[in-house]
Amino acid sequence: MADLTTTFLGIKSPNPFWLASAPPTDKEYNVRRAFEAGWGGVVWKTLGSEGPPVVNVNGPRYGAVYGADRRLLGLNNIELITDRPLEVNLEEITRVKADYPDRAMIVSIMVPCEEQAWKDILPRVAETGADGIELNFGCPHGMSERGMGAAVGQVPEYIEMVTRWCKQYYDKPVIVKLTPNITDVRKPAAAAMRGGADAVSLINTINSITSVNLDTMSPEPSIDGKGSHGGYCGPAVKPIALSMVSEIARNPETHGLPISGIGGITTWRDAAEYISLGCGNVQVCTAAMTYGFKIVQEMISGLSDWMDEKGYTSVEQVVGRAVPNVTDWQYLNLNYVAKAKINQDDCIKCGRCYAACEDTSHQAIAMSADRTFSVIDAECVACNLCVDVCPVENCITMEPMQPGQVDPRTGKVVQKDYANWTTHPNNPGAVAAE
Amino acid sequence: MSSPMTPGIAAGRLPQETLRNNFSDLHAPLTAHEAAVAADRCYFCYDAPCVAACPTDIDIPLFIRQISTGTPEAAAKTIFDQNILGGMCARVCPTEDLCEKACVREMAEGKPVEIGRLQRHATDTLMAKQRHPYDRAPETGKKVAVVGAGPAGLACAHRLAMHGHDVTIYDAEAKAGGLNEFGIAAYKSTDDFAAREVDWLLGIGGITIKPGMRLGAELTIESLTHCFDAVFLGVGLGGVNALHSAGEDKDGVRDAVDFIKELRQASDLAALPVGRDVVVIGGGMTAVDAAVQSKLLGAQNVTIAYRRGRAQMSASTYEQDLAASKGVRLIFNAQPVAIHGNGAVREIELEYTADDGTGLKGTGETLRLPADQVFKAIGQTLTTDAGLVLEGRKIAVTGAGRTSLAGVWAGGDCASGGDDLTVTAVAEGRDAAMDIHASLMGSN
Repeated sequence: MADLTTTFLGIKSPNPFWLASAPPTDKEYNVRRAFEAGWGGVVWKTLGSEGPPVVNVNGPRYGAVYGADRRLLGLNNIELITDRPLEVNLEEITRVKADYPDRAMIVSIMVPCEEQAWKDILPRVAETGADGIELNFGCPHGMSERGMGAAVGQVPEYIEMVTRWCKQYYDKPVIVKLTPNITDVRKPAAAAMRGGADAVSLINTINSITSVNLDTMSPEPSIDGKGSHGGYCGPAVKPIALSMVSEIARNPETHGLPISGIGGITTWRDAAEYISLGCGNVQVCTAAMTYGFKIVQEMISGLSDWMDEKGYTSVEQVVGRAVPNVTDWQYLNLNYVAKAKINQDDCIKCGRCYAACEDTSHQAIAMSADRTFSVIDAECVACNLCVDVCPVENCITMEPMQPGQVDPRTGKVVQKDYANWTTHPNNPGAVAAE
Repeated sequence: MSSPMTPGIAAGRLPQETLRNNFSDLHAPLTAHEAAVAADRCYFCYDAPCVAACPTDIDIPLFIRQISTGTPEAAAKTIFDQNILGGMCARVCPTEDLCEKACVREMAEGKPVEIGRLQRHATDTLMAKQRHPYDRAPETGKKVAVVGAGPAGLACAHRLAMHGHDVTIYDAEAKAGGLNEFGIAAYKSTDDFAAREVDWLLGIGGITIKPGMRLGAELTIESLTHCFDAVFLGVGLGGVNALHSAGEDKDGVRDAVDFIKELRQASDLAALPVGRDVVVIGGGMTAVDAAVQSKLLGAQNVTIAYRRGRAQMSASTYEQDLAASKGVRLIFNAQPVAIHGNGAVREIELEYTADDGTGLKGTGETLRLPADQVFKAIGQTLTTDAGLVLEGRKIAVTGAGRTSLAGVWAGGDCASGGDDLTVTAVAEGRDAAMDIHASLMGSN
């Protein structure tokens, strides 16, 4: 079994799986149970300033999007930061950290964009013995209307300013949590870096309305007939988050900035993907909220088995392995030619590939009277849609053509050499080949 | 060439091809696609009812999730951590009465997650890798004797060996495996699986098997306790109950367990004789296994006669349905009174029974069935008490298999409690091993 011990910003945890700042980490009872279940660390649910705590709605806080069999694919919420007194949270954090010194304990904070507010809370957080803080610049609902959360995260200058205050008044690592509700995630990441952030974590939740009740004409989740946009998370947001993570990882300005990956991580494989795109660890929420804390056991065994199989002996060896392979479209190899291939032994003859290709793509699949589906190589552009809609994994595969073979679609010989759009004759701005 | 119609007891009633099909896997292994679809149905329940229903407490939701996420070997480890004979249990467990009965989707839709077949998918995948997945702890220098190489003994031996003890398994038979090897219907353990599983299990190291050693004959409790630091008895139930009916000694009347054993060891099923009219007396799994296999060998008429009602039959509803689907007739509330025939059995005479609340009694009304072969499957008994205190007709145990004699543990069918299932035997063997381990190490 591979050693999953992870050191992120000098903070050691027995595995790279942390619980994200969210309802599962709102109090001592849950966090102790999470540690007993095997989680490597937690980011405690966001603390606000001293004084009367925020209040939450007293109706539904969550809305859901389902796949087949009511599998939860996306969840949104309109819950605010912790609604328990600051003092209670700080006492609990202190106790739990003392009892679990080997686990990472990060405290999420969101206070007004005023230096004094941060100056007040940071020493108190420091006293808990927590390993670091995470600045919540991401929550898209409620707090953002009050000039906090995403309202800060959408203004790089504010991010830089607050981060700098935190580095000034707090000695341990500062992680800046980024909102995806922006145009270019590289800007807030760079701002965090300029402010002295030790790491960024992303993504926070995405502005969303999960559905509309067509009887009451209220968005869901509905509070007395009205709804507000909430923060979307869960498996459905993973592709958006992976892309944002990769942008930060490959951007020369932020390259090397430690990243804690968040967004729909449900299995070991999701985690490995985030790590390969540059994350030093990952944070999980929706999977725990859907399946319970025990879900981490599969993440641990799966990641460990996969690392053993690949010969990796530490998580660190995986970090960023896929980053060099993330590139711009213009650098993709246009001489690479593939064709779809349908394995007739595995085919169950549902015809979904045919419908997809015939109606919406390139008419490259033939259907016989006995429902045999086969690829017409002379039409196939290898778009992958048939693979994506096929219900049987690996029944349809994309087979690369070999150099020297003639592509029956274009009549051209497949070239061995790499060539991209920047040198393509159809590109008006093509760079002349030497 | 004989046929199902050939009178008397005859071999070769069916062509080889038919026999091969009849005795192939009762449930074919899941394909990768089937496994993915089946695993996808698991809800990963909290404190899952299926786990509570498993005698070995396998973490079923976890192993199914591990299959879902493409790590069937991790899934197998989850299974083997609790049940080292998880491969055999995946084949023979009455899942319809255990985990799958408890599955919430059984309640919701009448269709449980196919836990047994998923378990087989995972365990087959790991076992095909050939490398034993556990490492042995450093040797402790302690020696433990395990008597009986059946499920209880093997599970006990493996767990002890894993903890670094030196284990010697004694077994009366020439081959290890116990009922897995000799006593389960062939279509549940195809391709010599029982023997392959034993070989794989022994990969842990530190276990020596000594065949042909029977407790009460070549072995005594005194010599074992003298030579070893601890003794585990998993000797099963080697004796067979008698019918106590007139004519029981006629040719063609035999113990069902012997027939099953012969069938399991047969190299050529076409050479194995079976009656045209077969009657099996009993209501348990052995009765069903003997009846179904008689039918699959080509018997024309096979009947199970059970003295009580369907609800009391210890064979599960699933097994009863399996028997019926293969063409076995089930007669309830009928007990044997006489076996007729001139030298060899020709007919069996049954008497109807009724229970008026004061116990089962014959009604005096009888029926006769043609029979050229009668299999007795009315329960098995201990062959030796080895001088230990008994509870009922089994070795009395308390806690994790402690017998009345210090340093001697027992588990599986020979010990009191439990329900005579492979999976229960595995749990008892495993738990006794942990108790033996604690006791041996505590004495240091």
